[in-house]
This record gives sequence, structure tokens and C-alpha cells, in this order.
Amino acid sequence: MAFKKSIVPFTQTPEQEKQLMEVIEREKGHKGALMPILQHAQEIYGYLPIEVQTIIAEEMGIPLEKVYGVVTFYAQFSINPKGKYKISVCLGTACYVKGSGDVYNKLSEVLKIKGGELTPDGKFSLEACRCIGACGLAPVMTVNDDVYGRLTVDEVEGILAKYED
Amino acid sequence: MTLTELDAIKSKLHSQMMLRKEGHASAETEGKSYRKHVLVCGGTGCTSSGSMGIIKKLEEELKKNNLQDEIKVVKTGCFGLCALGPIMIVYPEGSFYSMVKEENIPEIVSEHLLNGRVVERLLYSETVTDQGIKSLNETNFYKKQHRVALRNCGVISPENIEEYIALDGYKALAKVLTEMTPEDVIQTVLDSGLRGRGGGGFPTGKKWQLARNLVKDADQKYVCCNADEGDPGAFMDRSVLEGDPHVVIEAMAIAGYAIGATQGYIYVRAEYPIAVERLRIAIGQAREYGLLGDNILGTGFKFDLDLRLGAGAFVCGEETALMTSIEGNRGEPRPRPPFPAESGLFQKPTILNNVETYANIPQIILNGADWFASMGTEKSKGTKVFALGGKIHNTGLVEIPMGTTLREVIYEIGGGIPNGKAFKAAQTGGPSGGCIPAEHLDIPIDYDNLISIGSMMGSGGLIVMDENNCMVDIAKFFLEFTVDESCGKCTPCRIGTKRLYEMLDKITSGNATLEDLDKMEKLCYYIKNNSLCGLGQTAPNPVLSTLRYFKDEYLAHVVDKKCPAGVCQDLLTYKIQEDKCKGCTACARKCPVGAISGIVKQPHSIDTTKCIKCGACMATCKFGAIIKE
Repeated sequence: MAFKKSIVPFTQTPEQEKQLMEVIEREKGHKGALMPILQHAQEIYGYLPIEVQTIIAEEMGIPLEKVYGVVTFYAQFSINPKGKYKISVCLGTACYVKGSGDVYNKLSEVLKIKGGELTPDGKFSLEACRCIGACGLAPVMTVNDDVYGRLTVDEVEGILAKYED
Repeated sequence: MTLTELDAIKSKLHSQMMLRKEGHASAETEGKSYRKHVLVCGGTGCTSSGSMGIIKKLEEELKKNNLQDEIKVVKTGCFGLCALGPIMIVYPEGSFYSMVKEENIPEIVSEHLLNGRVVERLLYSETVTDQGIKSLNETNFYKKQHRVALRNCGVISPENIEEYIALDGYKALAKVLTEMTPEDVIQTVLDSGLRGRGGGGFPTGKKWQLARNLVKDADQKYVCCNADEGDPGAFMDRSVLEGDPHVVIEAMAIAGYAIGATQGYIYVRAEYPIAVERLRIAIGQAREYGLLGDNILGTGFKFDLDLRLGAGAFVCGEETALMTSIEGNRGEPRPRPPFPAESGLFQKPTILNNVETYANIPQIILNGADWFASMGTEKSKGTKVFALGGKIHNTGLVEIPMGTTLREVIYEIGGGIPNGKAFKAAQTGGPSGGCIPAEHLDIPIDYDNLISIGSMMGSGGLIVMDENNCMVDIAKFFLEFTVDESCGKCTPCRIGTKRLYEMLDKITSGNATLEDLDKMEKLCYYIKNNSLCGLGQTAPNPVLSTLRYFKDEYLAHVVDKKCPAGVCQDLLTYKIQEDKCKGCTACARKCPVGAISGIVKQPHSIDTTKCIKCGACMATCKFGAIIKE
């Protein structure tokens, strides 16, 4: 993954910074603390911009390159902000054989973005995920915490319309 | 907590829990005595189809009818029949309501729970017969199953340690700590013949023995649990964690005693929020009850557990990569030896077992090695949990004795293929496994048989494919996955899988030659023989197994430039059958590129040079006049 500084300028509230410091303070003495700290940091900020990675590296006394290496290794960590509504289509095997690939392509076509991207208004982001474990409902997509199962391509636009606000 | 206290909890709840074994009427217990228990599935599948709303509605309706002290609502783990979710069972009758909707609840409460009249219309149809209501255990889905690892899933509340204790929970740990030496424990696990359920099938007892004996003077050892279930389409481990988290905790403590470790880690996928939450609750309760921590059950044995969340990397299911990840690094594997039993997590002797493996341990300790070894085949003992998915009626979770045939699993338990389609293949082992064709449907499922036919047990995903699935496309799908998930550390996997994917793409786009097929097969063996870890060593399996059994499909793509299943877009042409076309013009209006022309009420035709093969016309045609071939 090539490093691309996010197009959205980084800002943080004093509360976010305080929360991050508390997490680092609490975790840094433990063995293998970097992953839990990054997971908390992503919860606090919604993503892990280079600025946040720098704070973590400095506070933990480890090189930024190590933090960046870990962040870019794992699919769960994002260096770009996510949309207000995070759309995730399951491309696990059970969903795929039941046509989730078509659902994913349809979303991409309607939203005019590719996987991993954000719509220009910041409203929707699209990603493929590998099995959320609701295989009985295949094919499945999620919009934030809402799960939509037994999907067909025709339902896609109707579902997006629910998030018009 | 002492042994006596453990027994006291058990006897306090036991008769209430017996209510959930069909046919056992309720007995008086201390405190409240409930007339009925209503179990609602709170697993991921049913939660996704709205079971939390059902529970809320149920509680409201019970209050309205003033039944809240007579009827207990329990949120359980997975019952297995995910296809029919949300699922709700009423005990002691054992009435199995499927696909329950919130608007059904008032009727179920007033008719069944208040007046004792079962609402037959809403029951799982297979349980309703002319002779009355059939027990769930007599339905095709359940009757051939044998639940060992899943025995508490869908029976107890996973968030209540006392319900676990009431069904012999922590009794195995107590037995181990008071009656057995660590060597006895290891011998029992060895004798049981239990093999790793994560897919590799390494004997569990052997692993424990190595970790106990290899390094004598280690100041610390670790017990780890692999709950990073990354195989897409597999959800056995998630269901155990969601339905019965204490069984894993108990088994890990037993393993700690056996190898001499005082600390354990459970590495669980962050994509499983319900499992993570229930594990957190369970670990907290186990500590509170003194079943984790210092001086467990007054025996002086010390053991504690921590959770580590994965962050979406398939390779972290590989043991050395998983440990590297717990240490807070990029989850890359490292060469073995040294094996983890000698130098694992934080360079200390470590064992790593899979969730389902652990879920068998307490039962083995309580019932003995012989009991476990009496199930299964000669070299594969016990049961195996499979996640049935894809083109099959009863998608869900099944646990069967080893040696059951694929045909029994797919046609009897799984209910066969929907929409009258023909079976084409069953895929086991996920991205590391292979596709099993119809000719091998009668093979008894065990580790060695599956390997002999070019697949593998894997963690237990079993995806069924029908005639509409293209096997070349499936192989490409898995390769796309491994290309994505290859960690990049070793060249054969990083570059090899990418090249393999490109070759498959060449085939599905109709640009390959026969020579490419040979090259592809050679590359497969090169990747298998030279990759560092299991991910690369098994990544070509989906290609090799489809080449072995579905060579004709590859040839159709390469030689005839056709996709027999009608999946690979580049090889398809859409055609209008003149005799069926009514000239309604619906397709022509729908076509985004204006490729369809014709006169009203006359057969239309498609200009294949303009057609972008989007399929919109086919979906629109009411007369079935458009075909792709």
C-alpha cells in the first residue's frame, strides 16, 4: 500500500488527544501493546492518520516506521477517513457463490467509487470484507451496524436511499 | 471458590436447566421457579436477522401478560439452523419456532405461553407432521448430528457462568486439578486421538507433550487459542465463542496445568464483535468466581487469560504469524524450527490450539479417552463441526461424527441443493483446500481421506456449488483472496500467487492457450514446494483440485472460448431467441448502450459488437427469450 497523505486535513479535539494519551499510558507497559493501542486509537479518531501514528510512536518510544509497518499490514486499520456510512459487502466464499460479487459491483457503479474509497461528499465509503459469519443470510452487506441479508442486486438502490439524510 | 461451592451452584440450577432437555418437567428450585424457558438465538446469524428485536418484544409482551415471573427468556448461542433464523425454542415442550417476526410475538405469548396452545403455523415446518409435533432431534437436520463441541450452544446463556457450571462446567478443570497429574492429562488427550481442528490435524496430546518436556527450565510458558477464523465461509469457532465461551476458558486452564503455563492468550478476530464481547464477559466472570487467577479452586494452581484482537489478516491464522502479531508486530510468519513448543510467543515454549479443539477437551477429561476414541474413524476420532454454506437448503452449523459421508451431510442434513439444480462440487478447507466433485460424495469425511482426494479438512467451511458456478471462476476467486492476503515476506507466495491469478484471469477472459495450462500447473507445484508458511504452501490447492476434477471446464474456456456455467463475462454472448421474443421492446429500452434493435411486435436482436454483457436485458425480459452462452 503506497503511502498517501489523506486529502482531509487532520484535526483533533482536546478530548480525543486526552483519550489517546490515557490509552497509551494504560497499555504501554504491557507486552505487545502496539496493536491494542492502535485499535483504541482507531476507535477514537475513526482512522489512523500519520499524525496519530506519530504521536503513538513518540509516546511509546518506538520508530514511526514500525508503527506505520503495522498499520499498513492489517486490513482493519485505515489511514484514510471512512464515510459517515460505511458499506461493507461480504465477499466470503458462501456469499460469493450466491452472487455478492454482483452486489458489490452494483454498489460501486451506483456510488461511483471503488473499494476502499469515499464518496466526495464524505457520506459513503465502500469496502469488501471477508465473511462476517452470517453465511446463512448470504449474500450479506452491512451499512455501519445494519445488516442486510439475502440480497439481490435490485435491492441495492433502495437500501442506499434509506441513508439519504 | 471451592469445590463444594462449585457443586452448590450446580445443584442449585441443575433442575431448572433440565427443563431444557426435552421431556423433563420443571422441579422446584430455590428462588424463582420458571414454568417455561424461551430460548432465543443470539448468535451472529440470527442477530443479523433481528433476534434482538424479538427478545425485546418478547419481554414487553410477557410483562403485559404478567408472565415475567413464570417464563424465562434466555439469549443463547447458535442452534445451527441459521437458514431459518431468527430461531426461538420453548421448553419443556421443545417447540421450535423458525423465521420468527416481531409481529408474531403477541400471538405466541398469548396462545402458547399463556394458554398452552402451540402455534403450529409458526413452527419449523419439518417438526409438524400428521402424527403431531416431532422432536427437533428427529428432524433430518439434527438426527445424524452428534454434538460434543457444540453441546452447550443453543442450550445455555453464554453470559451466565452459572448455567455453564450447572451443565458440568468447570468440573473437568476441578477433576484435573484434584485427581490428575499433568502427565495423566496429556496421556488422556493423547489416548483420545484428538487432532487439531484448525485444519492441520496434528495430534493435540503430542503438541502438549512437546511443550511440557522440550524445555525443562522455562521460567514462563504460554497457552494460546487461535480464534482468528479467517477462512471465508467458516464460522464454527465464532459459534462456539458466542454460544459457550467458558468451555474455551476451562480447556485453556486445563492445558495450562498440563504444560506448566500460567498465562494464556486468546487471539480473536475483531470482525466478531459478539464473540469478543461474550469472551470479555466470560473471562470477567471466571475471574470473579475464582476459576481464573491465583489459587484456582483452592489448589494453588494459577492461570490467567488475556484477549488479543486480530486486525483482519488471514495469515495470522498461521501459528508463528499469530504469535508475531500478539507480540505487536506485522503478522508475518517465521521459519520453523524452532517450533513454538520450544520457542514460541515472546520466545517462550507455547502451545496454540484452535477453538474447536479446546471445546472437546473438558468432555474428554470427564468422559475419558475411550469414549472420545469410540467415535469417528481409525485415524480421525471424535466429531467435526462444519459450517454449511453456499447452494444448500439448510445453511448453518452441523456437528457430525468423523466418517460421515459428504452425501449424508449435503443431502440428508443439508437438505440438498435448492431450485432443483444439480450438485457440482463441495469446497472444503477454504483458500487452502479443494473442490470435491460428485464422484467422491460417498467418501467418509476424515483428515486423511480428504487429503487423498486433493482437498483438506480445514477448519470446517463446507461450501456447496451447483451447476451455475464456474469452477475456473471459483479457483480465481480463491487466488484473488490469497494474493490479497499474502504477507509478502517470501517470494514464491508473494509473486507466485499473483502470477497464478493472472494466468487464471487470462483463462477466464478467453486469451489463454493449452500451453498456459501446463505452465500454470508447474507454477502451482513451485509455489507449494517453496513457500515459507502454510498460506503459500496450500494457496495453489484450489487450482490444482479444480484442474484435477474439472479439466473439461478449463478446456472449454481455453479451447472453445466458452464458459459452460455462464459466469465468465468475457466469454458470454447474449442472444435473443426469435421464437420466444414478442417484440415488447422492454429490453431495448433497458439496454444502456443501445445494442438491441428491432421493430415493435417483431423479434429483436442484439448487436454483439456493442453489447457490454451487463445482463440488464435478460433480467428485464418477461418471456425468457434472452439467453447467454
